[in-house]
Amino acid sequence: MTVVEARGLHKAFGKTIALDGIDLRVDEGHILGLIGPNGAGKSTALNAILGLTQYQGQLRVLGRDPWTERDQLMRDVCFIADVAVLPRWMRVSQALDYVAGVHPRFDRAKAEGFLAKTDILHASKIRELSKGMVTQLHLALVMAIDAKLLVLDEPTLGLDILYRKQFYDSLLNDYFDRSRTIVVTTHQVEDVQHVLTDLMFINRGRIMLDCAMEEFESRYLEVMVHPEKLAAARALKPMHERQMLGRSILLFDLKNRADRQQLAALGEARTPSIADLFVAVMGNHASEAQGAAR
Amino acid sequence: MTTPSNPVTESLDSPVSAPAAMAHTRPLFWSVRRELWESRSIYLAPLAVAAVYLLGFLISLFWLPRSLRTVATNHSMPPLIELAMPYSHAAMLLMATGLVVGFFYSLEALYSERRERTILFWKSLPVSDLTTVLSKALIPLAVLPLVVFAITVALQLIMRLVSLVALLVTGRDAAAAWTRLPLFQMELGLLYSMIVLALWHAPIYGWLLLVSGWARRGAFLWAVLPPLAIAAVETIAFRTSYVGILLRDRLIGFAASAFDLKDAAGVPIDAHFIPLAQLAPGRFLSSPSLWVGLIVAAALLAAAVRLRRYREPL
Repeated sequence: MTVVEARGLHKAFGKTIALDGIDLRVDEGHILGLIGPNGAGKSTALNAILGLTQYQGQLRVLGRDPWTERDQLMRDVCFIADVAVLPRWMRVSQALDYVAGVHPRFDRAKAEGFLAKTDILHASKIRELSKGMVTQLHLALVMAIDAKLLVLDEPTLGLDILYRKQFYDSLLNDYFDRSRTIVVTTHQVEDVQHVLTDLMFINRGRIMLDCAMEEFESRYLEVMVHPEKLAAARALKPMHERQMLGRSILLFDLKNRADRQQLAALGEARTPSIADLFVAVMGNHASEAQGAAR
Repeated sequence: MTTPSNPVTESLDSPVSAPAAMAHTRPLFWSVRRELWESRSIYLAPLAVAAVYLLGFLISLFWLPRSLRTVATNHSMPPLIELAMPYSHAAMLLMATGLVVGFFYSLEALYSERRERTILFWKSLPVSDLTTVLSKALIPLAVLPLVVFAITVALQLIMRLVSLVALLVTGRDAAAAWTRLPLFQMELGLLYSMIVLALWHAPIYGWLLLVSGWARRGAFLWAVLPPLAIAAVETIAFRTSYVGILLRDRLIGFAASAFDLKDAAGVPIDAHFIPLAQLAPGRFLSSPSLWVGLIVAAALLAAAVRLRRYREPL
């Protein structure tokens, strides 16, 4: 089943183009990572999916038009923006009461179960919780909702590595199954490398890369090249070259060039990190991207 | 599976049918509760004012027996009015408190959720913009009047009990004068006044809510200055004051419409005690001004609902 389907999604703020005709398709059971520099249009795309912003082009989420049917859509869609959106004056118990009151698919016992594993007290006000605890609370609320699509916009911004790891662990172990779908944007790409099933790079309102993680692993190869073989390696047209500790690291797209064995003979080969590929892809559009990366 | 007429059991038995079983009013009920959690001044401010007033009243009790004797002998003022005065002052003070709280509540209602970015959380839940705006409009239109009414009644009952005790302790002869106070009639009149005020002021609250949803900053100025400016420009440009009269009528015009301000003999009635015979609900409910106001209020609220869809954090 297709959960999100966008065709020619376009959005401009005055003269700034946030989304420049994006085509996007997310199927049930996938975890899509939307990666891009600040101002690339990630949040705008998510806001359009959530019915928070108007857009041009076609967009269906679970078969609905998010802009005109937001409240019905939100029965099946959950959303964590960033750590700051839970009302600071609210008590934890009130947050549970309220979501239980308005959300038909909220399982309060489940949320209480998640909270019991944390240090969060029911009587605490949200303003008294640490940033990490607020995220834990929001995640507990969201994971207790039997939703079809979960949208995460920089969910772990400003959290330390322990909370971040825990966040994605709970998401995978306690929430995700093949009938749910997750779309996530984050700058902490190393956190999600082994979480995602699909990867999308977006810059200046356009999609720069769209591939499944299986394809990512078989398609891209990073080689730390032996110095004496550098010229031979460069001849194979790497996507990108960088220096580390005096060694050259070359990133290859196997679709264009050479095979795995040939490259492995040039040095130590491994699957690149998402961050390295991101730098390579964006670097190739550097002249274009300069303005947008602010 | 139980019968469909029992939604509670049904929702327990099968989570699949839970969405259907959830009444449409449930999100509204919880949204109103949420407003009460957030804006505790809705009941704390009237409670605090009532407490302060009660303190003043307790101190005044030292003079009560003497003043009641004066009432019995001196007829410069009708004795009923003299007796009713502390009670009506309490009611007026609490009513004014309610108006102030309602004014500032409405200005904040759709503004603070954008300023604090919590609108992203509220919008992530299956609650429509209509339900949200309606729940916020219900606070000044229904919840606050009820809260003010309940607190006033409680305060007046306490005042009456306390003064009864004080009279029994000090001077029994004054008790006769005291029993003439028709408190029940006063409470009915108060309830009527609360309803009249809420209905009459509905377009004002609608305007305040719309501005609070629209303004990016300075909601207070946006709400207050433009109407005043229009009235001023009209006066200067045309030497007329239709807008000014309209504004004043919307603020205080309910009195002439909802009450007979003169009794059968043509004597102006005293605002400290309005007999039930002087209430004019029929005339009030049939006044075009009321209905035009309510239609304007509905239009302003509809605009606020529409506007909220476009609103993002500031």
